[in-house]
Amino acid sequence: MSTALVTDLTIFVLALLVGVEVIGKVPATLHTPLMSAANSIHGIVLVGALLIGVTADNAVGYILAFVAAFFAAANVVGGYVVTGRMLKMFRRKTVPPQPAPEAPVGTVGASDRDRPAANGRPA
Amino acid sequence: MTSFAAVIQLIYVLAAACFVIGLHLMNSPATARRGNQVSTAGMVVAVVATLVLLIHDGTVTAAGWIVLICGALAGSAFGLYSARTVQMTAMPQLVSMFNAVGGGAAALVGIYDYIHVEGLPGGVLGTTTVATLLDAIIGGVTLSGSIVAAGKLQGVITGQPVIFRGSRLINIALGVVIIGTAAFMLGTASLPALLIVVLASLAFGVMMVLPIGGADMPVVISLLNAFTGTAVAMAGIVIGNWALIVAGALVGASGGILTKLMADAMNRSLANIIIGGFGTGDSVVAAAGPGGDVQVKSIQADDAAIQLAYASKVVIVPGYGLAAAQAQHAVAELASLLEERGIEVSYAIHPVAGRMPGHMNVLLAEANVPYPQLKEMEEINPEFARTDVSLVIGANDVTNPAARRAGTAISGMPILDVDQSRSVIVIKRSMASGYAGIDNELYTDTKTSMYFADAKTALADLTAAVKTLVG
Repeated sequence: MSTALVTDLTIFVLALLVGVEVIGKVPATLHTPLMSAANSIHGIVLVGALLIGVTADNAVGYILAFVAAFFAAANVVGGYVVTGRMLKMFRRKTVPPQPAPEAPVGTVGASDRDRPAANGRPA
Repeated sequence: MTSFAAVIQLIYVLAAACFVIGLHLMNSPATARRGNQVSTAGMVVAVVATLVLLIHDGTVTAAGWIVLICGALAGSAFGLYSARTVQMTAMPQLVSMFNAVGGGAAALVGIYDYIHVEGLPGGVLGTTTVATLLDAIIGGVTLSGSIVAAGKLQGVITGQPVIFRGSRLINIALGVVIIGTAAFMLGTASLPALLIVVLASLAFGVMMVLPIGGADMPVVISLLNAFTGTAVAMAGIVIGNWALIVAGALVGASGGILTKLMADAMNRSLANIIIGGFGTGDSVVAAAGPGGDVQVKSIQADDAAIQLAYASKVVIVPGYGLAAAQAQHAVAELASLLEERGIEVSYAIHPVAGRMPGHMNVLLAEANVPYPQLKEMEEINPEFARTDVSLVIGANDVTNPAARRAGTAISGMPILDVDQSRSVIVIKRSMASGYAGIDNELYTDTKTSMYFADAKTALADLTAAVKTLVG
């Protein structure tokens, strides 16, 4: 058994224990966003797809690299966006459908000169 | 290791730390959004570091770059579109699809690496093959299994357990093929053998999920989530990348914990759920009205409204029937009307309410219900004794007091103690039994009134009646 494999297995087991410890504390209320967040984290396989795609030099290689990159990118981008969308809905108090935006956005005219960058951002 | 490679490796460690911190911040709804941002930052750092590494090495051909960039852009667009447009009720399907693509990508990484290394002089290392095999097997099972699960949730494939004669025999045969071929590969490097393993794993994934009923989906999704994580970690071992190993292990742990929680909440072992036969899917039994020989008290909107309007504490118990009827907004409206009258309203959420862990919370959060009102089972159960009215909407087995006795199909299952509140109103379309297929003793309790109607219509009528009453 090579040293590299032993190191890899050690990291795997330790990370597993850290995961159990951290995730055990997440309340049931957040289990769906948690699973979605975990989903986006396994999108790290995109890094793997990029690293192996390097060695592609024939048609089979290119096709596999393309599909792997497509799958992994869909996983990582979709995962983070949908998790963010869900978490945004969790509110402490019921707010009116059109909440008053933060001051800088509401008073763009006044603070225009100070913060020109804020102008371009969607509210 | 050159210093450049070391820096990249350290950046991967940083990314892994971001994932752990991000998950840690998920322990409260107040910090969860920040957690997601930290985790996203870790991901961006890892991907950028990889791109820098590739550019630095300069080994990628122009065609290689085009393939990778086109694949990643198309995938991102697809992911972004589905994440933006998905309905909250369809969240389990989306999560399942992300499991599928994650598992598929992990398997492809392993397979591609195998093809590449096999072509090099010296052939494949024995130790690499174990991780490659596990990667291909778990990734393959996850890919096809998750697609079937998503199909079942979407209603494209029947939610009923699909069991046919000889299906168990096929499973055993597939298992033998996978293990046999894998064992052969430990001694002899062979690409066709790997393809056999992959195809058999894909078939096994389909056969594993088909016999599982729609009601058991929270467990299946959690399990497939754990599989994806493990496949990614194996892919990490194959290509020797720590970021993949740590991230995969974290997801594996998360999926594993949720699988156990869900199985416990159903009071069933994982083996029992996988083998199937109990979860009979989510088809609605034809509305039959109250059965002839059972004494049940029926109630109409006006009387129910009086009970609710003059209560001081109301607990709402939502089940999947609420989500199926798209009534989460209607219930939130009724609840806020009651709150305006100074009535204390909270929601009792059973762990398996919905189609994936925590699904009901997301549906109610979408309907603007503040999260402090969402109470978990352990938290709400002691409160039922001082509750005036429990309003049960589309929940069945999780409220059945028969679970406390031995000898019933649901004995030992943790339930919500709805029967301890002073009065109970159940909104339900008929007396049809739940997934467990047994009568709910709560319905025949003397303090229970049955309101036979579709959840959405009933809640709208109730809200109107309360408004007229207090108007």
